[in-house]
Amino acid sequence: MKDAFGLPQSLLVLGGTSEIALATARRLIARRTRTVWLAGRPSPALEEAAGQLRGLGADVHTVAFDALDPASHEAVLGKVFAEGDVDMVLLAFGLLGDQARDEREPEAAVRVAQTNYTGAVSAGLVCARSLQSQGHGSLVVMSSVAGERARRANFIYGSSKAGLDAFAQGLGDALHGTGVHVMVVRPGFVRTRMTAGLPEAPLATTPEAVATAVELGLRRRTETVWVPGTLRVVMAALRHLPRAVFRRLPV
Amino acid sequence: MSADTDSDPHVMGLDHTTVTGWGRTAPTAAWLIRPRSYEEAAAAVRDCGARGGIPRGLGRAYGDAAQNAGGSVLDMTALDRVHAIDADGGTVLCDAGVSLHRLMEVLLPLGWFVPVTPGTRYVTVGGAIGADIHGKNHHVSGSFARHVLALELLTADGEIRTVIPGTPLFDATAGGMGLTGVILTATIRLQPVETSLMSVDTERATDLDDLMARLTATDHRYRYSVAWIDLLARGAATGRAVLTRGDHAPLDALPARLRRDPLAFRTPRLPATPEILPEGLLSRTTVGLFNELWYRKAPRARTGRLQRISGFFHPLDGVPHWNRVYGRGGFVQYQFVVGHGREDALRRIVRRISERRCPSFLAVLKRFGEADPGWLSFPVPGWTLALDIPAGLPGLGAFLDELDEEVAAAGGRVYLAKDARLRPELLAAMYPRLDDFRELRAELDPHGVFVSDLARRLSL
Repeated sequence: MKDAFGLPQSLLVLGGTSEIALATARRLIARRTRTVWLAGRPSPALEEAAGQLRGLGADVHTVAFDALDPASHEAVLGKVFAEGDVDMVLLAFGLLGDQARDEREPEAAVRVAQTNYTGAVSAGLVCARSLQSQGHGSLVVMSSVAGERARRANFIYGSSKAGLDAFAQGLGDALHGTGVHVMVVRPGFVRTRMTAGLPEAPLATTPEAVATAVELGLRRRTETVWVPGTLRVVMAALRHLPRAVFRRLPV
Repeated sequence: MSADTDSDPHVMGLDHTTVTGWGRTAPTAAWLIRPRSYEEAAAAVRDCGARGGIPRGLGRAYGDAAQNAGGSVLDMTALDRVHAIDADGGTVLCDAGVSLHRLMEVLLPLGWFVPVTPGTRYVTVGGAIGADIHGKNHHVSGSFARHVLALELLTADGEIRTVIPGTPLFDATAGGMGLTGVILTATIRLQPVETSLMSVDTERATDLDDLMARLTATDHRYRYSVAWIDLLARGAATGRAVLTRGDHAPLDALPARLRRDPLAFRTPRLPATPEILPEGLLSRTTVGLFNELWYRKAPRARTGRLQRISGFFHPLDGVPHWNRVYGRGGFVQYQFVVGHGREDALRRIVRRISERRCPSFLAVLKRFGEADPGWLSFPVPGWTLALDIPAGLPGLGAFLDELDEEVAAAGGRVYLAKDARLRPELLAAMYPRLDDFRELRAELDPHGVFVSDLARRLSL
């Protein structure tokens, strides 16, 4: 169960090698979390992540999960929920893709869209139903500021996050009053493997900062979290810029 | 989001709702069922489904004791008959859903009072036994279950058992947080009173040591005793307090105009607290001001003041929904006890709370007397401190975890009826009879019919 501060005792991470997710898991283990399910494609990286979290004192299991295989989601995730209540699901898988290549190779672009959007729709709905029958739990969805307004430099990724973001907001409304809390997290540029080598955007942040914001959001039962918080204002302005101007911005 | 109607027979019900405790933290959804007869209660227990059920009274437990995420919550307040009063012998047989408020209305004109009342009259008899509540008279009268002569318990197998003190099932049920079954009725021994007024002595204590010395030296002279502490006072004034102590006023203490109707029960009520209040209404500044005024307003020493029962025991009951004052984020109540001889731990904790500047305007210290046999019953002989803190205070969770460590190291414990956040690992150290409780539950309720969010969170 969650405690008075919204902190979960059990955590399911979808995208078990995500740096943001692991930073969040570490933070939650330092609080109340004792059981962690790391779902992802079986890999040494997944096992290593599990080992690290075990070292912090948590009871960690890995689960073979593939965002690109929605047909398997019901069975795979059902098994996790059958083991006991999941107090928080962290939906953190996603592909950045390579914009230039993806524009040339539509199949690669579709892979980004299927992972980030279709996979999340499927996994999100499966988890939402289980959380709803539990009568409690948080579904924390890693969106991105890139979904707030698609820009030239990464509109394939951005559009997939836009879809995910809209989906998660709607799901949150659908689950309102069911005891389940859906929180959409919109980080800006986060310094991770995913963004290594990319030119850093203004207001760049870290996985740890995202984890801190998630913990705060859980306590406040917030529906939308921006990391850093100033991005809320910045993006509100950017979103209303005329396209002719937006197009010319060096963002 | 609609659930699968084939797999869930409850889905069309209109009473699927989110439930919280009085502290309004950690809401979870459940099927709210309100049985109107013992048969309906038995049916509800039989049909409560895979996620079980938990009885609930008037929802005054601060944390998650009367919530059951995804399962059933049995609102017992419709079972509220007072069956029999023995006005000569001083006992009452009533349903578990009867509130202490109702009992006072019925019993006071007959010259009887409830044996134990907490800071609110709006608790049910079932809740009072389930949490084995205590009051300002614990040092004299013990906790509520000590005055229960018998109770009827609807257990997981659908049976109704008569449970009497001195049996393991009684000791598991008294303070058992509703997890042994649904209490249907109880027979309670009452306290005789000549009037419905209290004769109250008030004095101020300049700091914590002064307070503890006064309580230790003179507590035995009063049936009721409690101290309000200013936890925002620092330095030499750390732990300054107002002691309020008294007893039921005898008839001859009343002035002539009150003697005409000495057992009248009057309960003034102010308008309810608005639903929406600005966040941060209870800041260090506002609470600091309140505390300063409250301390200064109290007489340095005053004896024999006549006060109504409602004013003496239940000042907050006059403000319906006062819990809304804490805003949307809700609040947690922290109550612990440390035994006699562990005053060092109490001093340390009070100092830490004062230094931390927790905006708490409801901080209450009292001395407990002898413990009662309930396995998960809270009181043990010693000192208990209770305080309310807004849940949104940054770093509060980690801070209270540290206090728990101090409490556990001193052989003390926190009160489950108020808990919403205890680290489960500490529970066994705080409640040495926990294993007995778990064992009895496993035997009595092998399929885990009775379960609550509290039980899940702490693996009760």
